Amino acid sequence: MTLNSNNRSRIHPQKFALWLAMGSILMMFMAFTSAYFVKQATGSWVEYRLPNMFYLNSAIILLSSLTLHISYKSFVGGQEGKYKWLLVISFVLGIAFLAGQYLAWSQLFEMGIDLKGNASGAFLYLITGVHALHIFGGLAAIFVALIRAFTWDYKVTDKRKNRFEMTLQYWHFVDILWIYLFILLLFTK
Amino acid sequence: MGHFEATHELDVMIEENGYDDHFHDHHHGDKYQSNFIHHYIFSMDHKIIARQFLITGIFWALIGAAMSIVFRLQLGFPEESLAWLQPLLGKWIVVSEAGIGKLAPEFYYALVTMHGTIIVFFVLTAGLSGTFSNLLIPLQLGARDMASPFLNMLSYWFFFLSSVVMFYSLFLNTGPFAGGWTAYPPLSALPQASSGSGAGMTLWLVSLTFFVVSVLLGGINYVTTVLNLRTKGMSLWRMPLTIWAFFVTAILGILSFPVLVSGFFMLMCDRGLGTSFFLSEIFIEGQALDYIGGSPILYQHLFWFLGHPEVYIIILPAMGLTSEVLSVHARKPIFGYRAMVYSIMAIGFLSFIVWAHHMFMSGVNPFISNFFVVFTLIIAVPSAVKVFNWITTLYGGNIKLNTPMLFAIGFVSMFISGGLTGIFLGNSAIDIQMHDTYFVVAHFHIVMGVAAFFGMFAGVYHWYPKMFGRFMNETLGKLHFWGTMIGAYAIFWPMHYIGMAGVPRRYYSFDTFDSFAHFGDLNKFITIAAIIVFAIQVVFVINFFVSIWKGKKMTTRNPWGATTLEWTTPIDTGHGNWPGKLPIVHRWAYDYNKDERDFVTQITPLAEGETPGDH
Repeated sequence: MTLNSNNRSRIHPQKFALWLAMGSILMMFMAFTSAYFVKQATGSWVEYRLPNMFYLNSAIILLSSLTLHISYKSFVGGQEGKYKWLLVISFVLGIAFLAGQYLAWSQLFEMGIDLKGNASGAFLYLITGVHALHIFGGLAAIFVALIRAFTWDYKVTDKRKNRFEMTLQYWHFVDILWIYLFILLLFTK
Repeated sequence: MGHFEATHELDVMIEENGYDDHFHDHHHGDKYQSNFIHHYIFSMDHKIIARQFLITGIFWALIGAAMSIVFRLQLGFPEESLAWLQPLLGKWIVVSEAGIGKLAPEFYYALVTMHGTIIVFFVLTAGLSGTFSNLLIPLQLGARDMASPFLNMLSYWFFFLSSVVMFYSLFLNTGPFAGGWTAYPPLSALPQASSGSGAGMTLWLVSLTFFVVSVLLGGINYVTTVLNLRTKGMSLWRMPLTIWAFFVTAILGILSFPVLVSGFFMLMCDRGLGTSFFLSEIFIEGQALDYIGGSPILYQHLFWFLGHPEVYIIILPAMGLTSEVLSVHARKPIFGYRAMVYSIMAIGFLSFIVWAHHMFMSGVNPFISNFFVVFTLIIAVPSAVKVFNWITTLYGGNIKLNTPMLFAIGFVSMFISGGLTGIFLGNSAIDIQMHDTYFVVAHFHIVMGVAAFFGMFAGVYHWYPKMFGRFMNETLGKLHFWGTMIGAYAIFWPMHYIGMAGVPRRYYSFDTFDSFAHFGDLNKFITIAAIIVFAIQVVFVINFFVSIWKGKKMTTRNPWGATTLEWTTPIDTGHGNWPGKLPIVHRWAYDYNKDERDFVTQITPLAEGETPGDH
């Protein structure tokens, strides 16, 4: 975005575009949510217990949001070392979340909940699966940040700050999205 | 380029009043368009991307229209041999021993399906808003380019990829998808349901998923650009109505297309992973399938939650273009500018809460239907406000009846005729008779098919000089207009009568319905009219492409005497749009016939004691 010379607001256009993209992603999950409720209301809905892994995963993703946030604060605050190792930890926690989701699906499958059975199970796989894809996107962004952190000289510029903020906001977004989905699945199954 | 020598009076005005954003201090302009590939193919310049969208749209429009001619031949002349089409359509024309060629019924459905998909998505969404949002948003707002030229380029190439996949599906051995453009399950969810439901449907889903990515990348860019990159003085209330329309269109796209993708994901799961979202107990060839408890109605909800905003994604840009063209060529300010803006917003908002009027006959609760009837009819209010304002803009104007103006007036005509039948169809009681008949076909073709095409044509003829530096041939343009105007009514007006009598749409043949036998001649008439209208569109396409090289050259910057910023750029508009400083806007976009001046550009400062035109 080289053409923001006449930018009218204080928000960087890229960041604004990211918010629009998040709105769009949110609409997709709203569609899943409403489809979920409509389907549930039509009956033939098998109830089951959510796998324990989901609780642990929620803790992991919340923690990763926190570490990434502190990493950003350290980046801006000039604490190079803290910024770098917290970034690494955030990335590892993100991977751990995905691995944990995989374990949770395995647990579910062993409980006899599979895609081909009742729609309640199929919805769970679908919603958490599409969410995992969005986590994957966030991990890609953190990975790029990670490479830059260790290959570029440490320097706080507006451009790098903005990039980091966008990565952070997206990561918080998929984190909050997960908490929302988890609560939805927990209380409406 | 840092010290730009201003010679043209508009350049002088911009140089004196504009502001320097130091855009040309860096030499990205030269690197940016240095070779053919970067200039014309993987271009990041919004003006080139606009032309890419337009030309791809024209390509698809020809294919989509040609398909309609083939199925109209079947409907108008079911007894005639179509053997002459065999070289083109191959095995889909079944030739009997007596040499009589028949269109294969499966392929008839494929043609109907592809016609809808292509025209709705590829032509009237990408070809219309893709073209003009790209061309006009930066130019009319005084921006150097889109917020993200790179995402803008990706937006086009995702559309291109989607086009390639869909085009490929036309040549599959089993044919393209044939279950209707709405792709309702079970025809879309069971690969074995029909010949097009296998590979054809898979490619349809892949293609449209790419298409949604394109729409989202484009839409995010348009909204960001409108909100962040307007030049100094260009407040929201000084934006031309074109921009307001593109802005609301983009928001509708961002909010509704993801919902369609959700539906697509669920459909993909049903097709490939054995889930039962949309499939309930089904027997095929005496065998029970594994699916249990799914709901095909659920898909319809998800589809129409996009589907209804989608018709406004199609019509709003056409409305914006029409408003602008009417005002310029009537030499009058648009009547009720703010009412127009509020109408656009109201239509945009209401479009999200009327989707189930497409589903009155699917067994939804009649009380819920009432809710949707009421909101559907309320859309008539902002629509009527707009029509009133267009007509009032024309009233007492110094009307120049050139081709863009004719098409803009034609748009208003089509929008009225098509809109009125919408009031019938919006009533759930009348819909019992009208649902899935030719009345519906006539309604939506006039109101969002022909009308949107008219808005697009008005835009193409009006902004052609801006895109190619030349004019299209005016005589051929007028022939194009009158032929299309009369022809389109000749095609769709009779369909209302056929529809009121209950003739259902999408039927291959009415052989077995004696009650519809007397519509045979009317169907012949419609088919002949369709062929003539198609031939006239070929005239347009020839005019379009020949004029790129042979058209009358544009000698002045502002041939129409318009007030908006795009006409203050040089004839050969380079990268960054303005060669020197950026213009500063001092007034709204509709100062025509003001204080004895024919028009006053937006960059002209207010004279001493002058009251703004939009006071």
